Amino acid sequence: MAHTDVGKRASVKTRRKRPFIIEFYSSDVGKKWAMALSGVLLLGYLLAHLLGNLKVFLGPENVDLYAEALRDLGGELVPRQSILWLMRGGLLLAYSIHVHAALSLWWRNRKARGSVGYQTRSTYLAATYASRFMAYTGATVFLFILFHLSDLTFGGANPDFVYGDVYANIVATFERVPVVILYIVAILALGMHVWHGTWSLFQSIGVNNAKFNKWRNKLAYGVTAFIVVGNISIPLAVQFGILKL
Amino acid sequence: MDVILSVWRQTGPNTEGGFVRYEANNIPDHASFLEMLDIVNEDLNDRDEEPIAFDHDCREGICGMCGVMINGQAHGPQLGTATCQLHMRKFKDGDTIRIEPWRADGFPVIRDLAVDRSAFDRIVEAGGFITVPTGSAPDANLIPVPKPAAEASMDAAACIGCGACVAACPNSAAQLFTSAKVAHLNLLPQGQAERYTRVVAMVDEMEQWFGACSNHGECEIACPKSISIDFIALMNRDYIRAKFRQGRLAGQR
Ligand code: HEM
Ligand code: FES
Repeated sequence: MAHTDVGKRASVKTRRKRPFIIEFYSSDVGKKWAMALSGVLLLGYLLAHLLGNLKVFLGPENVDLYAEALRDLGGELVPRQSILWLMRGGLLLAYSIHVHAALSLWWRNRKARGSVGYQTRSTYLAATYASRFMAYTGATVFLFILFHLSDLTFGGANPDFVYGDVYANIVATFERVPVVILYIVAILALGMHVWHGTWSLFQSIGVNNAKFNKWRNKLAYGVTAFIVVGNISIPLAVQFGILKL
Repeated sequence: MDVILSVWRQTGPNTEGGFVRYEANNIPDHASFLEMLDIVNEDLNDRDEEPIAFDHDCREGICGMCGVMINGQAHGPQLGTATCQLHMRKFKDGDTIRIEPWRADGFPVIRDLAVDRSAFDRIVEAGGFITVPTGSAPDANLIPVPKPAAEASMDAAACIGCGACVAACPNSAAQLFTSAKVAHLNLLPQGQAERYTRVVAMVDEMEQWFGACSNHGECEIACPKSISIDFIALMNRDYIRAKFRQGRLAGQR
């Protein structure tokens, strides 16, 4: 005779799996979704950040006021700097997810080839340097951001740093040739990353149709050109004396 | 024509392998790549040496059994064809040709150039089916299939499961194979009932064997059927839809 279970109630809780969003993120496809969505956020930030920074070309008062406006977002409605910190928090969260997913996929993908691996050099026909070096360009950007923050946000890497004096800080830091070189190298790495990323993210989130596909390449080139040319123009302008105190 | 081969030889799954050099002389240039290997093997047989093990069956590009890395390229230098459809006239007299098996954790080497591709069978078992009533065959044309859906599904169904996508992918990912098998059924009316359980089951199985997709696009070029990576996007879309959907089927907790 089969035993009976009368009176025993399986708890719904114990049968329930992990929250679906965690379940989703634990898959590789889910991680790529997370990378694409956080990538869009980071891209949006890069574009907004650059647009704001290009105000240096409008003169010292203009950037300094722009920086002040950021701190004062929300005006009298919210405590000073609170919106700025919320945006920084959101950015940091997106960034952490992006980097966590990047490292975990990178590690998995390395192991997936097996213990022996190809003994012949692979002939790549579609993969680009940009797509193959995403982890390295990403890591370069990571290191650069650490330097960049201590240079222009916190001031530790900039001996002439004055809090709030944005224009002067920019000119002071880019008068140093090694900083300009480091900056240009990092922006080129970022350009490679963003070029493949902007094309690739649509694939990861399944936005793919014949009508739109031919625009994806153009969009990737456009975004990359703007980010690279725009960002490099500032240190070069300082070096060539176009921006000076 | 005469060519020099450098072939990966390995006596079993757990033994160490290495390249062995062979001179393949007097090969007719209309021989297929596999026929060239046959000629070399005949010669090895005559000399009482162990012939080179390689997989093959139809020799007309439809079974997906053949497939090796030829000079670092899956199925060799000719695009859109399987190894059995590649002919020696693609090479020059005196060329050195390196031949290696597919390399992936999910494709262990059985012997020489032959690898175990049962991981692909596991993926198909997980969801590559539809539920149909058994019994007598249904009437033809009973279920209307829109022409574009039929075409797209047919493009996906062209996959012969050779494994070149995994072999060519820098991440050893099987996204192109899996998405082709998913799309082939998910695009048709007959595949709708299991559409979302299928994509989850097949992706979950795939991820136990292979790497993840970085959208390099190398698989599409290596594929002997030139299957488009658009199907990978379709799979990613159905996967997230399935994840949002499943917990919320009416009446279920
Ligand atoms: C401003 C910073 C960054 C932006 C705008 C950015 C943007 C992107 C975008 C849009 C993608 C494509 C996602 C997809 O294919 O779905 C991507 C992929 C990737 N990112 Fe970033 N990223 C940034 C920083 C980083 C950092 C700091 C790392 C750290 C290591 C990193 C590592 C990667 C890797 C490895 C991939 C490829 C993942 C794969 O396809 O397997 N990224 N990134
Ligand atoms: S032997 Fe059948 S596809 Fe090549």
